[in-house]
Amino acid sequence: MGVNNKELVFNISREEFVDLKTYRERGGYTALQKALRQPPESSIQELKSAGLRGRGGAAFPTAVKIEMVRNNGETGRYVICNADEGEPGTFKDRFIMTHLPFQVIEGITLAAYLAGAENGYIYVRHEYPEVQRILRESIKEAEEAGLLGEDILGSGIRLKLEIFSGAGSYLCGEETALLSSIEGRKGRPRVKPPYPTQSGLWNKPTLINNVETLANIPKIIEKGSGWYRSIGTADSTGTKLISLSGDVVNRGLIEVPFGITFADIIEEYGLGAKPGRTVKAVNIGGASGVLVPGFMLETPLEYTACAKAGITIGSGAIFVLDDTRPILPNVHNRVKFFLHESCGKCTPCREGLRQANVILSKLLSGMATESDVVLLERYTRAIQEASFCGLGQAAGNSLKSSLEYFHEEYLAACGQECRDKEETA
Amino acid sequence: MLAMPIMMGMDIFMGTAEIRFIIKQLGGRNAPLLQVLLAVQDAAPQRYLSEEAVNEIARLLEISRCRVYSTASFYSEISLEPRGIHLIRVCTNAPCENAGKQEIQEAIERELGITVGQTTTDGLFTLESVNCLGACFMSPAIKVDDTLYGNLTTESVVSVLDSFRKEQCHGCK
Ligand SMILES: Cc1cc2nc3c(=O)[nH]c(=O)nc-3n(C[C@H](O)[C@H](O)[C@H](O)COP(=O)(O)O)c2cc1C
Ligand code: SF4
Ligand code: FES
Repeated sequence: MGVNNKELVFNISREEFVDLKTYRERGGYTALQKALRQPPESSIQELKSAGLRGRGGAAFPTAVKIEMVRNNGETGRYVICNADEGEPGTFKDRFIMTHLPFQVIEGITLAAYLAGAENGYIYVRHEYPEVQRILRESIKEAEEAGLLGEDILGSGIRLKLEIFSGAGSYLCGEETALLSSIEGRKGRPRVKPPYPTQSGLWNKPTLINNVETLANIPKIIEKGSGWYRSIGTADSTGTKLISLSGDVVNRGLIEVPFGITFADIIEEYGLGAKPGRTVKAVNIGGASGVLVPGFMLETPLEYTACAKAGITIGSGAIFVLDDTRPILPNVHNRVKFFLHESCGKCTPCREGLRQANVILSKLLSGMATESDVVLLERYTRAIQEASFCGLGQAAGNSLKSSLEYFHEEYLAACGQECRDKEETA
Repeated sequence: MLAMPIMMGMDIFMGTAEIRFIIKQLGGRNAPLLQVLLAVQDAAPQRYLSEEAVNEIARLLEISRCRVYSTASFYSEISLEPRGIHLIRVCTNAPCENAGKQEIQEAIERELGITVGQTTTDGLFTLESVNCLGACFMSPAIKVDDTLYGNLTTESVVSVLDSFRKEQCHGCK
């Protein structure tokens, strides 16, 4: 389980750029050759047996999604690689794309072929200009090598792949908002159903997957589902890329097999809290994720176990807070983030977050009373339960976890002055 | 400090020919609006969409100006106000905030005499905030134009600014 284990899916090394030649020397594009020789159904079955699930947050089985697009009678299908990576604390997709662009491109090519799509986009956030540059060059190189474009590897299969730049909206990472964004409109989410697999870009069936998900595909086809299942656990197969940040000795990107505990990730890879300090809380899954206390870190990184514990693996961001950090400023930071990124389409998210922001400001300036905390709990429930899209729902979830696990810090923040006033009133 | 002065308020207008060229490159009348907006902004001397540019884009794509404004104003990376030669963006999310983002931002503000959202009077720098730059492994992080700077201290951030000032002065030696 060492950092240099070459048996994982990505094996990213920070110093190395894997160019096309190196990628092919290491087995790159054998998966595509193999897939083109066998019936698509066999490759889809391989992905199914591998148990690959989406790494963009929702953990939906990837093979099922591919099949849904494939079995849709409508032609003119699209494949979209979601590289909007806006979740605060997350940098895994940036690393994959800067170090292993061809693994991403081969993955998209395979997914497109299996789903029957001939046009594709990589939707990359505008804040990653160097990533856009690398991908543009790599796409060109793949085309010149006959691995992309017209008549891929002489098979008659084609895929036109283009880069589409985002423009600084976190919400555009949400799949339906992303579609609106490509169509030239405000990046606001749409009602689901219809799902993108049924009616996506320009109302055509569309396969949308995260960068990490797609980059897993070539390895599974190349090495087989048996190999893939040997990494991780029966419940959650393969590896997960973790973006580790915050109060640890060693911050950075790590690839871990599923099943490892959060505590081990922090100790083994992050080398623990800084000298003389202890881990107080950990934010798992980025701003959208939950804030959990140290004692919950014995939970294994596994979909079922995490769901049971109320932990969202999300993008796989782990942000550590040590015992010198108060919780409320962290929560306030996230509320301000969501408020800024809310599209304002629905009231619970727009107004609920605005009120949550006001209450947190009051709490932080010592002007709040315990009734404000009760009110915040009510708003949180409304945001969680009545928001239209995943942004509001996630904002609610993250607020709720802090209210649940760190309630005493909310109460302690209620100004003494106010408490006195309440008593006399 | 000697820097190439740009008079604020004086709109350096992008030629309509240049906009037409960009749109043609991106597919003509059916060019994707968001990509057109970004490309025109990148090519504009003050890296923003002027009213003239919006009008021209609407005309060439055969859509309403309202539609162009509505899309343009939704996205944080698109500016409808003129900006300086160098764009400094300070990440505001929790990992950076915990690592000292506020001190870094104040050091920049002190050094440049502006606050977030403003441009220096010599037109050299605009200071903005930005969401997570995917650089939290080196928080606190900022971006100047297309370059990332991480593990910043209140001193090192000033030398970053200095390097851009020096670069600007090569031309005026
Ligand atoms: C507010 C919001 C932001 C999101 N941002 C991203 C993102 O940046 N990247 C991503 O892959 N998925 C993001 N998602 C999830 C996508 O909607 C979608 O589920 C995912 O791209 C599907 O790919 P997967 O099945 O490979 O995980 C976001 C969802 C929400 C609600
Ligand atoms: S939950 Fe928030 S982001 Fe989502 S649609 Fe409603 S207002 Fe927009
Ligand atoms: S939080 Fe600042 S770069 Fe990610």
